[in-house]
Amino acid sequence: MKILVCVSKTPDTTSKISFTADGTKFNDAGITYIMNPYDEWYALVRACELVEKNGGTVTLINVGGPQNDQTIRKGLAIGATDAVRIDADPNSSLFIAKQIAEYAKEQHYDIIFCGKESIDYNGSEVGGMVAEFLDLPFISFASKLEITGSTATLNRDIEGGVEILEVETPFVVSAAKDMAEQRIPNMMGIMKAKSKPFVVVPPVDFPDLAVPVKYVLPKEKTGVRLVSPDNMEELVRLLHEEAKVI
Amino acid sequence: MVLVFAEAVNGHLKKAAFEAVTYGSQTAQLLGSQCVALTLGNVENAGQLGIYGASKVYNVAGSNLANFDSQVFTSVIAQAAEKLGATVVVISHTSTGKSLLGRLAARLNAGSVAGAKSLPDISGGGFKVTKGVYSGKAIATYEISSPIKLISLGGNEIPLQSTGNEVAIETLELTVPASRTKVIEVKRQEGIVPLPEAVTVVSAGRGMKGPENWGIVEDLAKVMGATTACSRPVADADWRPHHEHVGQTGVAIRPNLYVAIGISGAIQHLAGVNQSKVIVVINKDPEAPFFKAADYGVVGDLFDVVPRLTEAMRKFKAS
Ligand SMILES: Cc1cc2nc3c(=O)[nH]c(=O)nc-3n(C[C@H](O)[C@H](O)[C@H](O)COP(=O)(O)OP(=O)(O)OC[C@H]3O[C@@H](n4cnc5c(N)ncnc54)[C@H](O)[C@@H]3O)c2cc1C
Ligand SMILES: Nc1ncnc2c1ncn2[C@@H]1O[C@H](COP(=O)(O)O)[C@@H](O)[C@H]1O
Repeated sequence: MKILVCVSKTPDTTSKISFTADGTKFNDAGITYIMNPYDEWYALVRACELVEKNGGTVTLINVGGPQNDQTIRKGLAIGATDAVRIDADPNSSLFIAKQIAEYAKEQHYDIIFCGKESIDYNGSEVGGMVAEFLDLPFISFASKLEITGSTATLNRDIEGGVEILEVETPFVVSAAKDMAEQRIPNMMGIMKAKSKPFVVVPPVDFPDLAVPVKYVLPKEKTGVRLVSPDNMEELVRLLHEEAKVI
Repeated sequence: MVLVFAEAVNGHLKKAAFEAVTYGSQTAQLLGSQCVALTLGNVENAGQLGIYGASKVYNVAGSNLANFDSQVFTSVIAQAAEKLGATVVVISHTSTGKSLLGRLAARLNAGSVAGAKSLPDISGGGFKVTKGVYSGKAIATYEISSPIKLISLGGNEIPLQSTGNEVAIETLELTVPASRTKVIEVKRQEGIVPLPEAVTVVSAGRGMKGPENWGIVEDLAKVMGATTACSRPVADADWRPHHEHVGQTGVAIRPNLYVAIGISGAIQHLAGVNQSKVIVVINKDPEAPFFKAADYGVVGDLFDVVPRLTEAMRKFKAS
């Protein structure tokens, strides 16, 4: 079984977000970067489990600069077989997906994993884009994936429930919570990662069709208004008359 | 022309579809163009799209459209966009929409904005749309430069506006490819407003102590006509179903009113709920971080406060 896992690098979930004074760029002073949680905890771990059970390889792919190498190495320490970095600034989703699809098209992967979304751009776009470029089925927000032979059974999270479906390999899937359990890399994994194959390839030309040009922080809450626990009629009144939400 | 894919659930259009058409028709007005809606498969109330501003409603029929498959739906929506000459395509930012957005962008070679919060700003010949980024901690303005623009509209972002009347449905003949996925079963809780569409949400966390105590939360939700939600540890412990889990790793919501009961307000929880218009926090710990993100707060024991609030709501609703 030949698997590709797309990984991105994002600010840690507890990061305080700020921008440059003119609001055009993310301010990364003091920011710790991590592998996007959906990519690491669910997509990568499930990919490793499948290969541990059925044999095969897990290749990591990232579109980004050399500052991402450390994050990619962590993925190798968790259990990926090898890694590829496409050496380019990941400025737009379609650009990123094009790079991944161009690399993947000659490789004939059985499964291409993405995370459900990146926690910085929150697009949920790249997986579907890769699938369309490669003309493959795409199952989004999968919280479970089992495979027998070439048939995969997946749970897809939908509003208020779940859809259970079957698809034949090859396909693209985006991983949501519950697909696997987070793994902490151990010392041996970290040592082994150092000698695993890791190639850097140049990007193909492709334009950015949609890019962020300005950022603002949402309006701060003006402060909480406390209501006595003995006076819920007052809370109801405020919600009705002041907030106008009931 | 602005093309809106109006998404149906079980053959019925819901609020997300009407919001998308409202958005599409307001966008069309800005562009001096018209808004056309597209429905796929059997949709019983498609004519209503006219009420929200669709000048025409097209339907594509075919048994291959009975179940959702991103590949089949993308092919059909893209064919419609090409045939009708759409320059803007609008869909909803739902689980269906999120499965379609990337595919459609690649297929149409369109710049896209996922989960739009505003109408396009077309001043100076540009095309700019805002969306939440960094899990709701910031708002970004995206500039789309491609000839075809693709937008998925976030839930509860614009008020529904009825401007017209029901229209007749026209059939559009397009090629519907066969699906390469097979849906085995759909398990959906019926009769509740799904979280991303909910206007009022009542949510509870570990402060509840155990699943057996959820009756008081459900009572409050029922009186308020709210959808119930929970924090992540609660879903992890199987106290509540997984689709109720809100936050960074769960569902992101933006209701008008979010009532948080016995939830501490961890940053990853806030990431999924901080776009709610009004937040009420009930917690016995006055130092709980959630109070910083709240509009109204009640410091007290939830087991006392919640039944009292339910009673006060009941009186209010009856008056
Ligand atoms: C990467 C990552 C992603 C995460 N994603 C999510 C996510 O998507 N959603 C999410 O919710 N969490 C998420 N978490 C977990 C998050 O950090 C918190 O651990 C979690 O939100 C805490 O849940 P809680 O508020 O229900 O429980 P607790 O933090 O235990 O808080 C319980 C609260 O109840 C109050 N309380 C107790 N008894 C009473 C009473 N009788 N009356 C009134 N109040 C009472 C307490 O004062 C306390 O504030 C994530 C964590 C990580 C690291
Ligand atoms: N720069 C990148 N390199 C590789 N994969 C990426 C990159 N950005 C996003 N992805 C993948 O696409 C998924 C969805 O990202 P997004 O569309 O930004 O929400 C992520 O969870 C990753 O799996």
